[in-house]
Amino acid sequence: MLSEEELQSNVSVASSPTSNCISKGGGLKVHNYFGLSDSSSVESSTLSGNVEDDKATISLKATELTLGLPGSQSPARETELDEKPFFPLLPTKDEIFSSSQKNIASGNKRGFSDTMYTEKNWMFPEAVATQSVVNKEVTQNIPKGQLGTLNNSSSPPAAKAQIVGWPPVRSYRKNTLATTCKNSDEVDGKPGSAALFVKVSMDGAPYLRKVDLRSYTNYGELSSALEKMFTTFTLGQCGSNGAAGKDMLSETKLKNLLNGKDYVLTYEDKDGDWMLVGDVPWEMFIDVCKKLKIMKGADAIGLAAAPRAMEKSKMRA
Amino acid sequence: MNYFPDEVIEHIFDFISSHKDRNSISLVSKSWHKIERCSRKRVFIGNCYAINPERLIQRFPSLRSLTLKGKPHFADFNLVPHEWGGFVHPWIVALAKARVELEELRLKRMVVSDESLELLSRSFASFKSLVLVSCEGFTTDGLASVATNCRHLRELDLQENEIDDHRGQWLNCFPQSSTALTSLNFSCLKGETNLAALERLVARSPNLESLKVNRAVPLDALTRLMSCAPQLVDLGVGSYENEPDQESFMKLMAAIKKCTSLRSLSGFSEVTPLCLTAFYPICQNLTSLNLSYAAEIQGNHLIRFIQFCKRLQRLWILDSIGDKGLEVVASTCKELQELRVFPSDLHDEEDNDTAVTEIGLVAISAGCPKLHSLLYFCKQMTNAALITVAKNCPNFIRFRLCILEPNKPDHTTSQSLDEGFGAIVQACKGLRRLSLSGLLTDKVFLYIGMYAEQLEMLSIAFAGDTDKGMLYVLNGCKKMRKLEIRDSPFGNTALLADVDKYRTMRSLWMSSCEVTLGGCKRLARNAPWLNVEIINENENNDLMMERNEEDEREKVDRLYLYRTVVGARKDAPPCVTIL
Repeated sequence: MLSEEELQSNVSVASSPTSNCISKGGGLKVHNYFGLSDSSSVESSTLSGNVEDDKATISLKATELTLGLPGSQSPARETELDEKPFFPLLPTKDEIFSSSQKNIASGNKRGFSDTMYTEKNWMFPEAVATQSVVNKEVTQNIPKGQLGTLNNSSSPPAAKAQIVGWPPVRSYRKNTLATTCKNSDEVDGKPGSAALFVKVSMDGAPYLRKVDLRSYTNYGELSSALEKMFTTFTLGQCGSNGAAGKDMLSETKLKNLLNGKDYVLTYEDKDGDWMLVGDVPWEMFIDVCKKLKIMKGADAIGLAAAPRAMEKSKMRA
Repeated sequence: MNYFPDEVIEHIFDFISSHKDRNSISLVSKSWHKIERCSRKRVFIGNCYAINPERLIQRFPSLRSLTLKGKPHFADFNLVPHEWGGFVHPWIVALAKARVELEELRLKRMVVSDESLELLSRSFASFKSLVLVSCEGFTTDGLASVATNCRHLRELDLQENEIDDHRGQWLNCFPQSSTALTSLNFSCLKGETNLAALERLVARSPNLESLKVNRAVPLDALTRLMSCAPQLVDLGVGSYENEPDQESFMKLMAAIKKCTSLRSLSGFSEVTPLCLTAFYPICQNLTSLNLSYAAEIQGNHLIRFIQFCKRLQRLWILDSIGDKGLEVVASTCKELQELRVFPSDLHDEEDNDTAVTEIGLVAISAGCPKLHSLLYFCKQMTNAALITVAKNCPNFIRFRLCILEPNKPDHTTSQSLDEGFGAIVQACKGLRRLSLSGLLTDKVFLYIGMYAEQLEMLSIAFAGDTDKGMLYVLNGCKKMRKLEIRDSPFGNTALLADVDKYRTMRSLWMSSCEVTLGGCKRLARNAPWLNVEIINENENNDLMMERNEEDEREKVDRLYLYRTVVGARKDAPPCVTIL
């Protein structure tokens, strides 16, 4: 286990260069937040370098016998997005940081989302700080592997460990075990009556999340949980669809998004129709809901009322 | 050989059954090719989109048994959209049209409809065996057609399928004259079963060797079933609804005692721990035990049972058995060849003391010298343990290790697990399948490329640093057939480095990696014999079209490419773009 001093010292090293290398061009994927990736003493040249330098160093490093740190873009958990918005993409010698970075680096498989985080950290450090969840994770900066007891309170249980398709257990097995484990009454022909996971997607978000509908008892709970999960995505939505999303955001627009004014929650029911969430009683809703989708308000106009065919043709137009 | 008449050569070929061997034979000469293809009875197609049914039938007119696989492996983990494809219907239509005398159909990860099953049941008079694994799209109505119309049905094996249970009377549909059943597995059905019909069916099937029932078959019914079928070799138990009373329990035990041929046991979903004890009389005969759905049975009960199973060759179990339990396995099951330890706590809710660690794995490797197949879900691992395992068990053919937390390093040294996996590939010269997990750098791929000469299938998740990692594998593993990668930083450079490599592979899957649309398009242009599929589930079509035109640097969510001789498939859904 890491000692507190080690952790602290790493953090302080990390905090020096905050401003370097925020690249906005498409395709450039190196973002050097707080120099976290460069805390290693061995290859300090990566700290100030531009993308090309970094890449050269990376390739040299790759062949060396290292203490193991892959750094780079593998999302450890989707929850990291909410809690740890900093994810340097460079590999590093510092194993401690590397694992945390790697874990932090959730979602940065997309340049799009990388820049999202750039925006967030750069422009709204206050916003970051006010999110207690985020703050805690930042200062602790503990590698996920050694989180253990330290990561007790900071992550909401619903958000924990819901990377799509991980661990790699067949859905059939997951559903069957879920039912068995909860020791429920004989399943009435439906798999997974104990836990009801549905996928949640959001327009423009780089990947899906999953939620267990049975862990909520009403629409309010579901809504706030989703809001928490997807807040970070909303930042990239301003002028989204590509390059425009990389512009700086104005504070007011951000607030609007965070309030969820621009987004509506929809679901796909058993018949394959997309409906607005909230129309039916909660119990009925969890019975029929197959998928959730957070759509832009504009796209969802007339959703509940329009027959499926019309809606489809509108979307394809 | 060329001076022998064709019939003699054909007769010699009859002795050769392995697909690989028969494929090799067909390459020797034109005449051998012809003889081989005309006499070929069993065909295996690993990717149903690599070829179409018409060409298959043309080449193998004597086809009797067909195995088809549809969706890519990661579909098991919800990474492939529901509507992706893998429909068996066109195959059945074509086979029926050509009047192929199909006897056996085995499908994995395919979409099967009631209509398909109905057509199947009516088109092939000598149809004998239907095996469906991880399929979906059909209901018990389809099963009813099969039961009704397939007069010579011997095997109906449904493994882990998503079947809509209409609670019909499909079991009743087996005609009275149907007595040829050897294998009946409906363990994945969720609804009520007509017990009377089942009992009658079992009673009139003297050749029934394998019976796997679903949850809804209670204890006393099971007792009756076993009494009718003491010749059973393979039994799948359903559920025990209540704590059995003394008398029922004794009756069950008596029935079980008579099943002296019983070698394989599975099921046990929703059971009381006591139920296992009913099987004590025959446990020393067991060679295969699957308790991986028995979430209700505590570790100590499992251990008490397993310590008598001295002949066990295959064990599928939940991690609730714990390291201590695995130590018991190691000291008891000296014949063990295959071990699978599944996670019981899938949502990582507690800090589970009873879960398994590297300790259990090392114990198994030390105690079970014949072990060659492993699937192991655990919370932690060390390089030292893996190195020891490699030393103890150099005979691994399949080694799949899943550390539940992505990127988790060696928990004692905080290093990556490169060295551990490196030791495995170096020692296990016959390794054909490998799944990696934990903290891994490009180095592990260097080792894999260097040492894993027989590796055919590799699964990578959250691993590697740069394109070099993937390149090591593509360049080094000559026998690679299926490569699947998720959430790893491999991009266009690796993807495009050696396009011809994909001729030798069945398929490549890359999701949440660094490959871009531009890279994929370039690949598709350079390799017209590949289907390069881009899957974007959570975009509506408008967005995707715009992105296509605008930004080729846009990263691809999911890429699935595979060699094919029949070009782009026509049944792809909107979320799939074939470049």
